[in-house]
Amino acid sequence: MEKLSSRRLFYDRTMRTLLWLAGGLTCALLAFMIGYIFFRGVPNLTWPLLSGQTSYLKNTIGILPNIVNTLYIILVAMVLVLPIGVGAAIYLTEYATSHRLVGIIEFATESLAGIPSIIYGLVGMLIFVQFMNLQNGILAGGLTLVIMILPTIVRTTQESLKTVPQSYREGALALGSGKWHMVRTVVLPGAVDGIVTGCILAVGRIVGESAALLYTAGFGLVLNDFATALHSSSATLTVALYIYANERGETAVAFAIATILLLLTLAINLAAGFAGRRLKKQ
Amino acid sequence: MDPILSVKDLNLWYGDHQALRSINVNIPANQITALIGPSGCGKSTFLKTLNRMNDLIPSVRITGEVNFRDQNIYDPSVDVTGLRRQIGMVFQKANPFPMSIYDNVAYGPRTHGVRNRAKLDEIVETSLQSAAIWDEVKDRLKTSALGLSGGQQQRLCIARALAVEPEVLLMDESTSALDPISTSKIEDLAAELKSRYTVVMVTHNMQQAARISDKTAFFLLGELVEFGGTEQMFSDPTDKRTEDYITGRFG
Repeated sequence: MEKLSSRRLFYDRTMRTLLWLAGGLTCALLAFMIGYIFFRGVPNLTWPLLSGQTSYLKNTIGILPNIVNTLYIILVAMVLVLPIGVGAAIYLTEYATSHRLVGIIEFATESLAGIPSIIYGLVGMLIFVQFMNLQNGILAGGLTLVIMILPTIVRTTQESLKTVPQSYREGALALGSGKWHMVRTVVLPGAVDGIVTGCILAVGRIVGESAALLYTAGFGLVLNDFATALHSSSATLTVALYIYANERGETAVAFAIATILLLLTLAINLAAGFAGRRLKKQ
Repeated sequence: MDPILSVKDLNLWYGDHQALRSINVNIPANQITALIGPSGCGKSTFLKTLNRMNDLIPSVRITGEVNFRDQNIYDPSVDVTGLRRQIGMVFQKANPFPMSIYDNVAYGPRTHGVRNRAKLDEIVETSLQSAAIWDEVKDRLKTSALGLSGGQQQRLCIARALAVEPEVLLMDESTSALDPISTSKIEDLAAELKSRYTVVMVTHNMQQAARISDKTAFFLLGELVEFGGTEQMFSDPTDKRTEDYITGRFG
């Protein structure tokens, strides 16, 4: 009896220690990553870098074009993906009657979400840049991102539509409401928190995406207005990071960009959580 | 008296399972008709055929006729939204929308195109008064309906249903989730409403059926076993099965 108990105690303590180590290592790695990026990046975050342009003639490096390009591509991708994604989710959840079809589409969207993003980049290059002749630029990049994040938007919207109680739908229909009227006035307001959270997370993915944009949005470091940028090679922040780190050997600039991206990701995740809670309360 | 709803040879299937068998019944206007019977007998299903809420279930198949003012509501030409406006429904569990009390009541009229603010104010007030809840909520019309008690929520749902001025009000066990005081308020309300509306209610509560209904329909295994005056049915049922049920021998 005594022996068994001490063995058990030992076993219990060993497991606890191992699990603690696993947890501790995870936290330590994360803290090291963040600390290291900040340590290398923050001193290089200068105003000329943030507000300037890269020029071989003047020998300056600035990432303003890349910040602007990132905003452009978020705008293009979100404007296109929102109506399509939310519309598809509404159709699948509220209108579609064939369970088989819905099942197939859900399986397809889930599979799409797992495809490595470089493949989206390759397909985007072949279809948008070459076949449709859109040139490298924000439009080709944005369209590629639309295909890439569409599944995410559809799934998050579907999940939040499903949380709206069936009794709301019945109540609206029993009052003589038409289907679309019911969706617009009762279902969508009840699901808006999930949709907003999904969108913010999608923005996060856009900000962090590089592989899908290398061959589509391109490598351009020049500041363009929106209309020009649509069809001219335009590097977003992540692509710029790749360029500076890999092709120009400007590690300091790369770390400065990494710091910005890290802060942006953090802000986006906080915003998603905040928006979700805030809208839920209302 | 002329029936407002006349059901002829109505059959209903959920997939392969037949839930209603050859129902024939005439529901009189301006009376309370109670539908009673053990769980799973088809009384709620029958109630939902009266304003086509069963359309929401994909596997449902219906044959026969339900005539509302001499128009078969299953005729392909019928506008279902218009039908549901004339035949309103209150559900078992109160289901106010997550909006203000005012917006809940105004939902139906707005749906049907009423935009005038003064007109909406008037509809909201009269509907809440008709549902005997005006005095309790008149000072907080702009607050969320979800803050009301269960009984208040159910009366709000009745007000919401009345706001579109239906002719028939279907109540699907609308008091089963409520405490006795709220229940008696809603029973009183139903009794008052029958002067202006036709009420058809499903109830599990035998006393409730006996107390407030004029006509009673007893369902068993998808069949309408007996239909008649409530008093007569509770004192002298013609069918042995009805007698067994109301004396509590099964169900």
